[in-house]
Amino acid sequence: MSRPFSVLNIFILILLASTPPGSPQAPTPPGAPAQLKVGIVVFLSGAAAAPFGVPARNATELLIEQLNAGSAPKPYDRPGIGGVPIRAVYVDEAGGAERQVAELRRLVLEEKVDFVIGYISSADCLAIAPVAEELKVLTFLFDCGTNRIFEDRTYRYVFRTSAHQVIDSIGLARYLLKIRPNVRTVAGLNQNYAWGQDSWNTFRDALLKLKPDVKVVSEQFPKLFAGEFSTEISALLAARPEFIHSSFWGGDLEGFTIQMTPRGLHRRSLIAFTPGETMLPRLGRDVPPGIIVGARGPHGPFAPNTPLNQWFVRAYRDRYGIRPVYASYHMAQALLGVKAAFEKALAANEGKWPTVDQVIAALEYLEFETPSGTIRMAIGKGHQAVEPTAYGITGPYDPQQKEVRLTNVMTFPAECVNPPDGVKSEDWIRQGFPGARCP
Amino acid sequence: MKPRAVLIGVLSFVGLGAVGFVLPRWTVFLFSLALARGLAALSVALLMRAGLVSFGQSLFFATGAYTAAFMVRLLGVREAGLLLVGAVIVSMTVAALTGLWIARYREIFFAMLSLAFTMILYGWLLKAYWITGGTDGLRIPPPTVLGTAWSVDTLRSVLYEATLVCTAVALVLIHLFLDSPLGYALRAVRDNEVRLEYLGSSVWQVVYWAYVLAAGLAGLGGVLTALNVGHVDPQLAYWTTAGEFVFITLLGGTESVLAPLIGAVVFEFLRTYALKYAPYTWQMALGGMMLLLILFMPRGLWTLRYLRFRKAVS
Repeated sequence: MSRPFSVLNIFILILLASTPPGSPQAPTPPGAPAQLKVGIVVFLSGAAAAPFGVPARNATELLIEQLNAGSAPKPYDRPGIGGVPIRAVYVDEAGGAERQVAELRRLVLEEKVDFVIGYISSADCLAIAPVAEELKVLTFLFDCGTNRIFEDRTYRYVFRTSAHQVIDSIGLARYLLKIRPNVRTVAGLNQNYAWGQDSWNTFRDALLKLKPDVKVVSEQFPKLFAGEFSTEISALLAARPEFIHSSFWGGDLEGFTIQMTPRGLHRRSLIAFTPGETMLPRLGRDVPPGIIVGARGPHGPFAPNTPLNQWFVRAYRDRYGIRPVYASYHMAQALLGVKAAFEKALAANEGKWPTVDQVIAALEYLEFETPSGTIRMAIGKGHQAVEPTAYGITGPYDPQQKEVRLTNVMTFPAECVNPPDGVKSEDWIRQGFPGARCP
Repeated sequence: MKPRAVLIGVLSFVGLGAVGFVLPRWTVFLFSLALARGLAALSVALLMRAGLVSFGQSLFFATGAYTAAFMVRLLGVREAGLLLVGAVIVSMTVAALTGLWIARYREIFFAMLSLAFTMILYGWLLKAYWITGGTDGLRIPPPTVLGTAWSVDTLRSVLYEATLVCTAVALVLIHLFLDSPLGYALRAVRDNEVRLEYLGSSVWQVVYWAYVLAAGLAGLGGVLTALNVGHVDPQLAYWTTAGEFVFITLLGGTESVLAPLIGAVVFEFLRTYALKYAPYTWQMALGGMMLLLILFMPRGLWTLRYLRFRKAVS
């Protein structure tokens, strides 16, 4: 009589011992790994580290810590990803495309990462995407701008959770025509490499399509990281364009802004910097009034006032003493997109840990909440996100926020600035934006 | 060739060949890159024999890589063998032209002029972006090797073995070249140009042909890199790439044709592990290595050979 009872007793004892009270271990789904290892590839050295790489790395550290602790707000309050903790392995993106192809192979085959998030440089994105496909590893491009990736080829394992550069150029053309409908002369000032060339060409083509009588009076292409721009400033002062388009970023953006302010270029011409938002917290009161800045989507000062965004900004500011810039938002989109996809696949698989194919199925055409609002994986056969974009004009300095306030802020919905699924950006602009829905 | 040199060569060839089957695939990929870079470093070492330091071998490295990319895009060539031959011919043709100027110069002037030529190519690759893809570069789809379209999994190993065979052939050729009268004349250029002229040789011709040959080697390295990576970008032509070749050459040493290759393998793994264990300070780690090397092993890793020899005698 006493035998079965004692066996039961021991069994209960073991059960109690294995789940100590007071530490409610979140139950992990059946078949789940002990942890999810993610390769994070961002610039940790070089010119793109300070404006993009480090803010993205900071966002990664913050989010992984908060997600693992389960302290993120809804719908991301479940610890880790589906209860499984995330662990990051960081790799410096410096060293060129060849180096990054080798590093991706090492991450997948030696470190055995479950998925990879990264790549700021478009050249790296273009080089590693076919390799990720070959290695069959889920790869999330989080920041690079080129629209060639999903317009030239289709991928199964590669996704991009932020919009491509076309939204900045088309959005700016539309914004310009809203605030200066009678603009006649424009000029371009862009770094002489793919990002600068693509940004300018897309902007010029879009603007000429929307307003064919605009004249391009000057196209400046200083070399990347030139640092010193007195000749370009003189050329632009002499050409007297009503409007100047620039896709400058990082040190070139800040250097040019500081150098052109005393010479009054911004008082003679309306200047727009498509990724200008990154310099606002860094330059503070040195940002001159009356210039147009964008943030490559609804990020930073353009982000919606949702509880998720408020939480993200507060947590980031508490930890790093500065607000997140668009690269941080892009990283949040990637990490939260991955989490949303895995958890959707988990639910679809009746609570059992999903296979990679099930995660891919969940990811395609996924909609998920981020600090930048709802992101939709709407184009590139469900592998490329679309985002709205926004622009504003710098105004007076706000000592409380430690940066200038933005005025005339306008947001253009995703359907207004992104080509529909399956249409190449170039063709879409040439055909006059068929299907665009703008306010 | 001395029998011992043949033995060492054959053993390392077989050993490296086995690497392709034994080691994990990411390591094999690093070996492929290292061998290709080793060829470019060997071209630097070849010119160093004549006392010439080239900071512009990336010109031919990139020429080889981009030739392959354009042959695929414009001519539709998919066969790796044809791409290799085409890239080497184009690289040597470029060298045959730039060599007309550059072979007249020595020392810092040679170094600077070679650097200038590679930066011209770099600038052109950036500016003619509607042809070259600018900084985004061009994709090279998986090639066929020996007329066969290999599956994705085997292609890596096949490409590695092909890289190894190319490297071995190039090494033997360069070894024979260095043993030939022209090879000896190369050393004489470094020692005393006037005497060489009095002996009846043309110094200009010796330097010119060595330069063209070195370009073929660097071009071969470039096309092998391009085929392995599957993507070419202008970074291949940038002077820091040429600087890396000089780094590798100094790391390995210039006494044997094998030394730059060893330098390349060590460099590739040093850099990978520096990136892995010091993601924030890997450049400093590499720089520190270089400093230690110059201080304690000024003639490169190849000097380790003598270390062992001395021990055996004593």
